[in-house]
Parts: sequence; structure tokens; C-alpha cells
Amino acid sequence: MTAAGHLPAGPVESTLVGDGDEGPRRRGPAGYLLLLPGALWLVLFFVVPTITLISTSLYDPSGSLERGYSMTGHVQNYFDAIGDYSAQIIRSLMYALIATVACILLGFPLAYAIAFKAGRWKNVMLVAVIAPFFTSFLIRTLSWEYILGDNEPVVSFLRTINVLAPDGYLLDTPFSVITGLTYNFLPFMVLPLYASLEKLDPRLIEAGADLYASPFTTFRTVTLPLAMPGLVAGTLLTFIPSSGDYINSELLGNPRTRMVGNEIQDLFGAGDYPTAAALSVTLMAAIVLLVFVYVRRAGTEELV
Amino acid sequence: MGEDLRLTSLTKRFGAFTAVDDLDLTVPQGSFFALLGPSGCGKTTTLRMVAGLEQPSAGTIELGDQDITALKPYRRPVNTVFQSYALFPHLSIEQNVAFGLRRQGRKKVDAEVARMLELVQLSDLGRRKPAQLSGGQQQRVALARALINEPQVLLLDEPLGALDLKLRRQMQIELKRIQTEVGLTFVHVTHDQEEAMTMADTVAVMNEGRIEQLGSPEELYEAPASTFVANFLGQSNLVAGAVSQGDGERLVLDVQGTKVLAGRQRARVTEGKVWVGVRPEKVQLSAKGEVPESEANVLAGGSVSDVSFVGVSTQYLVRMPWGQELTVFTQNTGSRERFRVGDGVDLHWRPEHTFLLDASQDASAGVEREDK
Amino acid sequence: MSALRGVGRWAGEHVVLILGLLVLLYMFVPVFVIVLMSFNDPGSRNSYSFDGFTLTNWQDMCAPYNMCSSLVLSLQIGVLATLGATLLGTLMAFAMVRHRFRGRSAANLFVFLPMATPEIVMGSSLLALFVSAGAAGVLGFWTILIAHILFCLSFVVVTVKARLAGLDPRLEEAAADLYANEWQTFWRVSFPLVFPGILAAALLSFSLSFDDFIITNLNAGTEETFPMWVWGAAQRGIPPQINVIGTIMFVVALGAVLIGSLGGRRRAGAT
Repeated sequence: MTAAGHLPAGPVESTLVGDGDEGPRRRGPAGYLLLLPGALWLVLFFVVPTITLISTSLYDPSGSLERGYSMTGHVQNYFDAIGDYSAQIIRSLMYALIATVACILLGFPLAYAIAFKAGRWKNVMLVAVIAPFFTSFLIRTLSWEYILGDNEPVVSFLRTINVLAPDGYLLDTPFSVITGLTYNFLPFMVLPLYASLEKLDPRLIEAGADLYASPFTTFRTVTLPLAMPGLVAGTLLTFIPSSGDYINSELLGNPRTRMVGNEIQDLFGAGDYPTAAALSVTLMAAIVLLVFVYVRRAGTEELV
Repeated sequence: MGEDLRLTSLTKRFGAFTAVDDLDLTVPQGSFFALLGPSGCGKTTTLRMVAGLEQPSAGTIELGDQDITALKPYRRPVNTVFQSYALFPHLSIEQNVAFGLRRQGRKKVDAEVARMLELVQLSDLGRRKPAQLSGGQQQRVALARALINEPQVLLLDEPLGALDLKLRRQMQIELKRIQTEVGLTFVHVTHDQEEAMTMADTVAVMNEGRIEQLGSPEELYEAPASTFVANFLGQSNLVAGAVSQGDGERLVLDVQGTKVLAGRQRARVTEGKVWVGVRPEKVQLSAKGEVPESEANVLAGGSVSDVSFVGVSTQYLVRMPWGQELTVFTQNTGSRERFRVGDGVDLHWRPEHTFLLDASQDASAGVEREDK
Repeated sequence: MSALRGVGRWAGEHVVLILGLLVLLYMFVPVFVIVLMSFNDPGSRNSYSFDGFTLTNWQDMCAPYNMCSSLVLSLQIGVLATLGATLLGTLMAFAMVRHRFRGRSAANLFVFLPMATPEIVMGSSLLALFVSAGAAGVLGFWTILIAHILFCLSFVVVTVKARLAGLDPRLEEAAADLYANEWQTFWRVSFPLVFPGILAAALLSFSLSFDDFIITNLNAGTEETFPMWVWGAAQRGIPPQINVIGTIMFVVALGAVLIGSLGGRRRAGAT
């Protein structure tokens, strides 16, 4: 976070996932000991499985759970997976992208309102942002089946004013899938954005006005750059889980809106582990690539 | 009751940077001692080493005949009043003040806590939390919390820095009173030279890790040992000159063609090129040519270039024929009219107020003062 | 004319707030729907409309087959995963903020990565691990628990780190200056001040664990947690009791937050 964006706060500035200057640190073995259990867990159940996943993706696909798999370095799995499911992969990334953009458009005004316009309602609004999360993800998503249902008020209204054809529908379409994704991940955009905006000294905006900038110019040249860390964090926290989600697609979509997550789940269910693993790794690689390019261009110095 | 605090060859290096450079210092028991210097001079680092919060790179710290250099902070009979107070936000004032005693195993501490709170005049606020107190009140809690343990040395790290001017002046008097009453050794670190001179019995001026001069406030002020001390404490006029006659009771100097006398006591150098120094308040202005006959040093031919009325005094800047601007402070006794810009004036002062410094030193050392 | 302009100006100044409130309202629509539908008397098994009002769903909460036992399993796993993740994560956070060690940036990266991995990928890797380890036949309670502790761990570390980093290190110095040794400093100063962060991390862990579907579904074997049960119900026919549970979850969580913030406010204002 740029130091120019806010006045010196208390003794120590805290960064969410940061390694800032956090005061004196102790030497000695105690640090390693404290780190050990958690680090061990991470290595055993995150690092090792990732390696296992990659090696599984190279198994001979003719094996099975019962008979076992043989490791043949079968890179062909990747070409098969990408070839068979390229549509789903692209669709997943597209849906996630659209949902993320929607989250930015919806989330920014909300985060801005909470940070600057909420006054004493700030905490109430923050609770209201996360409150919908107090019910289960699945139940919330299911409720959209009702809201976007054929005979429900929303669709009826849209038919009446001719936005939808008389037999038009919203459910089981890409629209409903993306709506679900947007809805479910909106708080992940709002909260980091809010955290960034909250640190912004309102006097900087005043300074912009004092120096002849119109409200829009001030927003573009002062507010937006300083909100960047939050925007980047929010984008990543929205895009990444969305691209791997399959719940929204399954509950709110149709066979033509299947995402890569649906395919991976089914492949595992069917016992085709090598292909499933290859597809999984492909998805991860695509995400890593996109994130890398994005973070480079957005220029955040500190996210980890 | 206590012991002398002795620092010997104390050094602290942070990588390539030497914060404290081979420091030798003795703080007599029961005195109010000030460590004065600009930010970055190493005074806080020295204090932290005495507290045990920083390990020296070299040298020793002794309390009486006990070497405490390697002791952990909680084993030293030394307590600190922190610059930011560092009050425990989750404990009440009473619990904060009682903290040190409790850690030493004492169970019944209510009476002492009450007495200490009375000493710092916070008796009714015992149950409150630090966040509910004003800055001045928090500062007093920090003091009480440290004092209650009756340490052999009480360290104060710029404790008045965050207070506004009036409150600071008040607290300076308070602290001095408490120290006199309680009789403990206080080591007070500050960058405010007025504060140091007001409160301390002995002042050590530090610059870049070293002690420039150590002595009573009067000694430091009237007979500075270096240009740094001369400029850091108050203001000084430093004019280039040379010693023309170095023997006898008085030294004779040549200052820009004029003969000037100086006493031997305040001369750090007695031959060759020197800085001839005199404090602005020791200098008097007369209209051109009207210097009264007396045994005064006279620098003639000046022209007033700036006049500042400061209420108690008037501060003049006088441009001398050789181009240098000298500063003169005149008390507004009301007995004469103020000079105006452009007036021709002569400067004069008593020879015993002259001090001489090594010409090889930088005349602007110590002039830069940080904003606070 | 000027009245209109006055209104226009008021709207202009408040447009952001209005927009924000609209978005907030949008976020709450499903919640209203869920509460509403908990009183629904469905016309058919696959009905998605509000057919009639009834209280029987609330009275007969555990009627659907296996729903309540799946709830119990989710609660058990939630509690255990919270304990595990909070413990491991808090230790890690202390190490990363207050101690010096080599490989700090690697540690930061490895803590961050699980949060940046899509659930399907993380679930897949874990499944691949369990299968390779020969545990394909014993997928169930323990594999679910392991998975949950894993993905909660990162969130705990980040949350506690944030709280710990905001803690003035001078406070620990002051404690040492006042005769507290390392353990006393931790127990009497550091821990009480970090505790709100630890508590927040625990609550976050619990909700992440309770609500998880994708990772759990891949690694559950024959066990069924509540989200898995809901998923199954979505194929079979959604009983209205699901919305009863959803409403209860919402009320309980909201209540916990309100109690927590009230308690906090009372403590801060104590004289």
C-alpha cells in the first residue's frame, strides 16, 4: 500500500497478508517451533497433494480405482482434456470474468458508501454485507431458483414490460448462472475494497478539489489509484473461486452452461482420475497465468 | 538508596551504521540527568541499552558495582517511561500501575497504588481504561507505573513529546518536583534543549553517537565546547577571527580588523584561527557611533536588516560590513525605542561573555532543528 | 424550479449512498426469500413457488430423511476443524510476526496459496493424495476433517497476523521493563490483546467449514455433511425444511454477531 495514501496511523500499520515493518523480532529456535505444526500440515496436505495431483494427471488413463493406475508419464492426458473440454474451460473463465466485472460495478459503490457516506451506520452496513453469508451457500443459491423462476414476480414483470418475450425465462440460462456467481462472491469484492477505501484520508479528495479537479477527475486520479490494492485483492478473491465453481452452474444452469468444475467433479465420480487431474491442473495453470499477468499490470507491490 | 550508573565504552552498531560510538558516562545517584540531542544522535538507543531492550555491540553498563550489561530487562532494577506511554489498553489504570509489583510477586499492592496515583494526581481515575484518559493523564499513569517500583534508575524517553506546550511546561515542573521529592536517579532523553536545561542537574549533549559536552546547563550554555553545542543550545553568533596575543589573563583577538578581548575560561582554543562566539542576549545595540565608553568589545558599522517583536524581547538581525548577519536579542524594558530596519548600529558586549571555539569545526553544526 | 434543482443536488450528493443501499438490498433478497419459503407449503416436490403458508415445516424440522444427522456431522466437523485450524494457525501467526526465521517469504506464499486455489482444484489434489496413499476405501470423517483444517488454516493465519501486527510492540517491551518474563508477557499482555483476532479467526473457520461443499463432496466417501445433503435434495426434491435450517442459521449467526458487538461496546465504555 502506498504510504502517500494515508496519514501515519498508530504505532504500527497492519497489512492484511503482509510482511511490513512490524517491530522487533526475536531470534532463536522458538520461531521455527511455533511454525512447525502448521507448516507441516500445509506441506503434507497442500504441497504434497499438488504434486500427487500432477503425477496423477500423468497416469495411464486405462487404469481404474480397482485395478490401480500405472504411471506412464502420459502427457497425452492433457491434450485430451483440453481438447474435449476446451469449451467448458473458456466458458468458466468467461463467466468468472463477467461475474467479477459485475461485482466491481456493484461492489464499488457499496464499498465507497460504507467507507465515506455511512457515518454511524458503518458497522451496521458492514454486518449487512456479510449477513447473507450466515445462511448456507447452497441454500442461498437455491433461493435464486425461486427468485428467477418462471412464474415469479421478477420474470412476470420483465415479460409485462417486454424486456423478455412472453415465453422468455431467466432460469437455466447463462444469465442466471452469472447472477448466482456474482451474488455469491460480492462480499469478497466489497470487503477488501472497503478496507482499502477506509484507509484513504478524505482530505486527499478535498485537496484534489482544491487543485481544480472535477469530482470525476478526482475519482480517477486520486481515489481509484489509492483503492487499487483493495480492488486487486477483491478481483482475485472473486475471479479465482468463481472459475472453479460448479454449484451455480448445476443449480441455476442447463447442460449447455456446464463449467469446468462440473466436468472435473463428474470425471472423478466416474473414476477417470487421470483426465480429471489433468483438467484440474490445466484450470490451475490458466488461473495462475491470468493472475500473474493481471497482477503485473495492476502493479501491486504487496499482496502476499 | 541507589547507585551510580556507569556506561563504559558503550557502542551500538546496526549493520554499517554506528548509532552509539564508544560512550563513556557516569550518572550520579539521585541526580536529574538529561541526554540531549537531535533525532538520530543515539540518545534513545543509549537509553534502551540501559533498560535492556537493546543489546550493546560493545562496552559495559554498571549499576554501582553490578554489571548489568547482559541482564534481561526484567532482571534490572531499571524502569522506563516510554515516549508513546505504552499503557496496556486492556487493563485499568490501577492494574497498569500495579503491573510491575505484581510481576515481582507482590500480592497486596492496593495501598501503594493509591499512594502513587495521588502523587501524580489521578486518584479518582483508577478504574478507567487508558483510552478514556487524555494525553497528559496517560503520561502521568506511565510515570506512576514506572515510579511505583522504586527503580535505581528511572529512564524517560521523550515523555513530554506528545503534549501541547502549556501542558508540557506544567509537566516539566511536575517531573522535577517529583524527582526531588522521591530522590531517585532520573535519566531524561529529549531533543528539546529548553526542556533539558529547565529540568536537569546535568546535561549531556549527544551528536552522532558521541557526547559533545557534559556539564550543568549553565556550563553548557555559557561555555560551549563545540560549535554544535553553541548552536544546539540556544543561538550563537560565531564570527571568524584569529588570536593575535595568546598570553596573559585576557586573550587578544583580531576579528575582521577589530580588536576583541576574551577571557581564558571560555576559550577552548588559545592560538591560531578561532570562532569568536557570543550569545545574542549578551550583545547590546547602540546607534552608530554612540557606544558608551567602557571596557566593551565593539563591532561597528552594522545595519539592521530585520526586526522581530516577540513580546518579551525584540530580535534583531544586523548585517555587518563583512557580510555576515549577527543576531541580537534585546529585552523590551521599555527604556528605549526599537531600532528600525536600515538603522546604522554598533554592537558591543562584555569581554567575559566571549567564548572561543576551534575554527576547524563547522559553524552551522547543530543549527538544524527538527520540526516537532 | 429551484426546488427541483435542490432535489437534484440532494440526489447528486447522495447518489453513491443510494446506489450502495440498493446493492445492499439486492444482497438481502435471497435471505428474505429463504425466510419466506420456510413457511411454504409446497404444492409438489419440485415446486419453486410459494403455494401456501404453514407452520408445519418449523414443527416438523427433522422430518426429511437424514437431514438432521447430516447437520450433526457438519457441526462435529466444524468444531473439530475450528479447534485444529485455530491452534495451528495462531502458532504460525505468532511465529511469522514476532520471530525471526529464514524463509519468511516462502512461508507467506504457502499460507496464501490455499486461499488462492479454487476449491475444485484443492479438493482434487486431496483426493489424489488420499487415493495414492491407498486410502480410497476409507474416505470419510477423517479425510473431511483433514481437508477442512487445511483450508481454514490460511484464513486463521491471515486474521491473527493482521491483529497481531497491529499490536504495538512497545507494549511487550513495557511488560519486560516491568519485570514480566517471556511467558508472563505473552500470557498477560500479548494474548489478551490478540484474543479478539483469534476469536474472529475461529468464527470464520467454523463458518467456512460448516458451509463447505465442493472440497467435502470429493473427499467424503460415504459420509454426508449438511451441504452435501442439500445438494442431494436439490436433485431429489427440495423439502421446505431446508429453508427452516437456513433461517435458523441466519438468526443464530446474526445473534452471535450482535451479542459480540454489544459486549465489545459495553467493555469499551466501562468506567
